[in-house]
Amino acid sequence: MSVAEVPVARAVVRGASRGARVREIIFPASLMLCIAFAMLTLVVLLLDVAVDGLPVLSWNFLTSFPSQVFPERSGIQSALVGTLLLMVVCAVFIVPVGTASAIYLEEYADGNRWWNRLIEVNIQNLAAVPSIVYGILGLAFLVRGPLELGRVVLAGALTLGLLVLPVVIIVGREAIRAVPNSIREGSMALGATLWQTIWKQILPGALPGIATGIILALSRAIGETAPLIVVGAAAFARFNPNDLTSDPFSALPIQILAWIQDPQEEFRTLAAGAILVLLILLLFMNAGAIYLRNRYEQKW
Amino acid sequence: MRQVTERPESSSEPRAAESAAGAQKPPAAEPADGRVMGPGTAPAVEGVKAPAAAPDSKPVFAVERLTVSYAGRPAVREVSFGIEERRITALIGASGCGKSTFIRTLNRMNDLIPSASVEGSVRYHGQDLYAPDVDPVQVRKRIGMVFQKPNPFPKSIYDNVAFGPRVLGMKGEMDEMVERALRRGALWDEVKDRLKQNAFGMSGGQQQRLCIARALATDPDVILMDEPASALDPISTGRIEDLMFELKDRVSIVIVTHNMQQAARVSDMTAFFTVVVDDTGHRHGEVVEYDETEKVFTNPADERTEAYVTGRVG
Ligand SMILES: Nc1ncnc2c1ncn2[C@@H]1O[C@H](COP(=O)(O)OP(=O)(O)OP(=O)(O)O)[C@@H](O)[C@H]1O
Ligand SMILES: [Mg+2]
Repeated sequence: MSVAEVPVARAVVRGASRGARVREIIFPASLMLCIAFAMLTLVVLLLDVAVDGLPVLSWNFLTSFPSQVFPERSGIQSALVGTLLLMVVCAVFIVPVGTASAIYLEEYADGNRWWNRLIEVNIQNLAAVPSIVYGILGLAFLVRGPLELGRVVLAGALTLGLLVLPVVIIVGREAIRAVPNSIREGSMALGATLWQTIWKQILPGALPGIATGIILALSRAIGETAPLIVVGAAAFARFNPNDLTSDPFSALPIQILAWIQDPQEEFRTLAAGAILVLLILLLFMNAGAIYLRNRYEQKW
Repeated sequence: MRQVTERPESSSEPRAAESAAGAQKPPAAEPADGRVMGPGTAPAVEGVKAPAAAPDSKPVFAVERLTVSYAGRPAVREVSFGIEERRITALIGASGCGKSTFIRTLNRMNDLIPSASVEGSVRYHGQDLYAPDVDPVQVRKRIGMVFQKPNPFPKSIYDNVAFGPRVLGMKGEMDEMVERALRRGALWDEVKDRLKQNAFGMSGGQQQRLCIARALATDPDVILMDEPASALDPISTGRIEDLMFELKDRVSIVIVTHNMQQAARVSDMTAFFTVVVDDTGHRHGEVVEYDETEKVFTNPADERTEAYVTGRVG
């Protein structure tokens, strides 16, 4: 390189860096602004709920049944029990069905066949169907119609299950796809059957991802209100359902909605308390999902 | 499903004797009793002329007019040759000429690729591997495979080796089987104190030897290796080559390699693949020469082979 070239090169470097430096600052700053806006809204919302709701929270609030007359003796026992029952039954339904569907679509289905492609496209679409449509489906097919379950926990849980199943399947498929093909081949090359390969290599490798998807799906189901209204969850249940198939049931979002609509101020603060309980439940579920992912996720 | 022919020496007595004698015994010290073909497998190559086969060796594979296509387009065409028992056969040739495609037909791994189809025949100890009643899973129990990139399972070293015997339901003391396989894989001394540790914590060379040990644990008759040392340093490569020599008197080995010195060093027989462009302009792989390694490297019959092994092309 000759001596004369050096200043030219330097000028080019300096000229380019000035404009770039400004962009380097403006771009991340505007990103920060967006985040700050979103976070601020969230914080204000949470604070508002917490200020109203925290004084309401007490053991009595959790263990009393809702009253339409005395706000101070009113509680969320039946709603909380209903929500927990819904979650358990929903999980029992979506874990096997969602995992099995994901395995079928990833490992067995021939993606060139039109019916498999149709299933795939439909699952994508179903994930975007508004939840009230699932409520109507639940009402028509589970509560009344062919199954005629009535307005019971089982009907509500299956409705919520159908609602989140597409998400479980999609996340499950991604987790299965993340298991590298070399593991499949390594296992098959040792004389393992496809079934053994799935059961002993692919599922264990995909499990953290599948479990995370299921928890996130459940935390979506727990806050759903519209389908439960349509399916006929009760707003002021004075007792817990004795079983899944005969008694009416309540759920937290339903109870919250009923209280919010109440003209009396005292009842509306109860809604804030119930929202806090729901938020805490959600927080625990999401924390569980994050823990699972960090603790057990397989790095290939 | 029809059971693929058992390797003669794997009939229970020699194996039982071996475990009784303790796993320390190096494979080289074992009686070479496996020369006798099992019943019904003797006329292995009816009608197939295995070119230049050494008179005393028997073919473990007789490949006849084998064409493998992906989505109808041939990747290798009209391959015919015999792979001999208890010898090391090297497959060489430029990238894309179908060596991997070919080697994967020998244990029906191509069945896992939906678009792949096979014509012609591959006879394994006389039995057509692609006969309709042959179960590919049974084939892979007898014919192990080691891949280019080490692919240990995300489990402990012990569980990696034990996986094969477990899924095959092999009887015997699992600890012993694991130790024997790791010794045969020349890995035992390095890992005996950390069998419960995750295999992902091993070096690349150790992982590859683990994969070989894992393949050996099911006591296969043949091991197929697709560029097993291409990602390894010279020392690890040397270890794997030593290992192949030690294994040779019990298993037949087929190895794909891009390393000419390696092919010349380790193999007894060499098949040279090359890409041929047909009249329609379609490219596919063919075997142009198959012979004793010595002959292929010093006095090849085809000029394309000579150009390749001397490094003038490809
Ligand atoms: N799964 C597949 N689907 C379609 N075509 C394939 C597939 N695998 C390989 N091929 C094609 O078949 C031909 C042979 O590929 P193959 O991998 O067998 O070559 P190779 O000799 O092993 O090459 P390399 O030395 O690079 O490993 C190539 O043209 C390749 O593009
Ligand atoms: Mg290859």
